[in-house]
Amino acid sequence: MSTGHTIASAAAGHDAHAHPPFLAHHYDTPEQQFGAGKLGMWIFLATEILMFGGLFCAYAVYRANHPDVFIYAHHYLDRTLGGINTIVLITSSLTMAWGVRCAQLNRTRGLIICLLLTLLGGAGFMGIKTIEYKAKWSHHLGFGQANQYLPGKSAPTDQSPHGAEAASSANTAAATAHPATAIADRPARTTSIEVDPNSGTPDEARIKPPFVQPAGLASRASHDGNHRIQFDDLGPLDRNRVFTFFSVYFVMTGLHGLHVLIGMALITWILVRTLKGHFSSAYNAPVDLVGLYWHLVDLIWIFLFPLLYLIH
Amino acid sequence: MTQMQNPSVATHAHHEPHGAHVVPVGVLLAVFGALMVLTILTVAATMVDLGPLNIWIALGIAVVKAALVALYFMHLRYDSPFNGIILITAFFFVAVFIGIALLDSTEYHPNYEPPLGIMK
Repeated sequence: MSTGHTIASAAAGHDAHAHPPFLAHHYDTPEQQFGAGKLGMWIFLATEILMFGGLFCAYAVYRANHPDVFIYAHHYLDRTLGGINTIVLITSSLTMAWGVRCAQLNRTRGLIICLLLTLLGGAGFMGIKTIEYKAKWSHHLGFGQANQYLPGKSAPTDQSPHGAEAASSANTAAATAHPATAIADRPARTTSIEVDPNSGTPDEARIKPPFVQPAGLASRASHDGNHRIQFDDLGPLDRNRVFTFFSVYFVMTGLHGLHVLIGMALITWILVRTLKGHFSSAYNAPVDLVGLYWHLVDLIWIFLFPLLYLIH
Repeated sequence: MTQMQNPSVATHAHHEPHGAHVVPVGVLLAVFGALMVLTILTVAATMVDLGPLNIWIALGIAVVKAALVALYFMHLRYDSPFNGIILITAFFFVAVFIGIALLDSTEYHPNYEPPLGIMK
C-alpha cells in the first residue's frame, strides 16, 4: 500500500518537474547527479594521490639513505625556473577556479576567457619544463642510460665523448659552464691522460679545462654563503647514486607533466563544449570536475617544487 | 576571513541551481595572494640554515598551500564533507606508506655499503 503510494508520488513528481535533457534517467534530481559525479571524481583523485604517493615514497627512501646525493644533485635544477613554474601553475589554478565560478553564474564569455588563460598557463608551464629538460639533456643528466653518473658507464674522461665534446669547446664561453667539464675533471673515477700543455701540440681540445662549477651554481652558492657539497665530498657509494636523483626527478616531474598535458586536453574539450553552448548555471558539472583535476595537478606540484628544487 | 563569510551566505540563497557553491571573486583572489606569499616564503626559508627543521618547514608550508587549494579552489569548504574525507584519507594512507617505509629503510646501509677503498 505505502510503497505503491510512494512510487505513484515519485512518478507524479517526475512529471511535474520538466526532466532536463542533461539529467541521466537514473538520477532523480540534477543535485543528485552532480553530487554523484563529484564523489566519483574525488575517488579518482584519491587514486591519483596514491599513485604519486608511491613516487614520493621512493623519493623519501632514497633521500633518507643518500642525503648528500640529493643536496649535491639538486643544484643542477634551476630554482628560478621552478619558482616561475610554481607561480604559473598557481595562477592557472586561479583562472580555472574563476572559470568554474563563471560557469555557475551563466557567464559564458568569462568562462571562455578563463579557460583560454588556464590553457595558456598550462602551455607556459610545459614550455618552461621543456627548457629545463633540454638543459638537463645537454648536460648529460638524462634518464637511466643517458645519465652521466650511471655506474658502469664509461667514466667521463677526456677521451670519452662527453669529455671530448666538453674539451673541444672549452675555448667557448658556454662550455666553461658545462657540468661535463666539471665531471670530467673529478679525480675519483677518471683515468685521464695527462697532457703537458707545453708538449708542443697546439691541440686545445686535449688540454683539460680548469675546474668549473655547473651552470649557474657559482652565483647561487655565493648567495647561500654555505659550503656546497662537491662531487668529491660524496662517499664512494653515493658517487654511484647521483643518477638516482635524476631518475626520481624525471619520473616525478614527467608523470606530473603528463598530467598537465591531459589536463590541457580536457580543458580544450571543455572549451569546445562551452563554445557549443552546452553549459549553463543549471548544468556545468564537466567544468567543475575538470577544474578539480587541474587543481590536483597544481596540488602535486606544490609538493614537488620544494622537495626537488629547494633541498637544503 | 570576515570578508569571506558574508558573500558566501548571500550567494548561498541565490545562485544555487544545483547545490554547488559559488566562490566569491574576493575569496579566490585572497587565496591566490596567500599562495603567492607562501611560495615566496618557502623559497626564502631555504636560504636560512635550520638544520633538520628545513624539510619540515618546507613540507608544512606545502601542506598549508595544498589545504588552501583544496578548501577554496576545489570547493571542499562548501562541499559535502564526504569529499574532504576522501582527500584526507588518501593523504593519510600516503603518509602511513611513506612513514612505515622510512622506519627501517636506512637500517640496511651496512649490508650494501662497501668498505672504503674498494669502490673508486
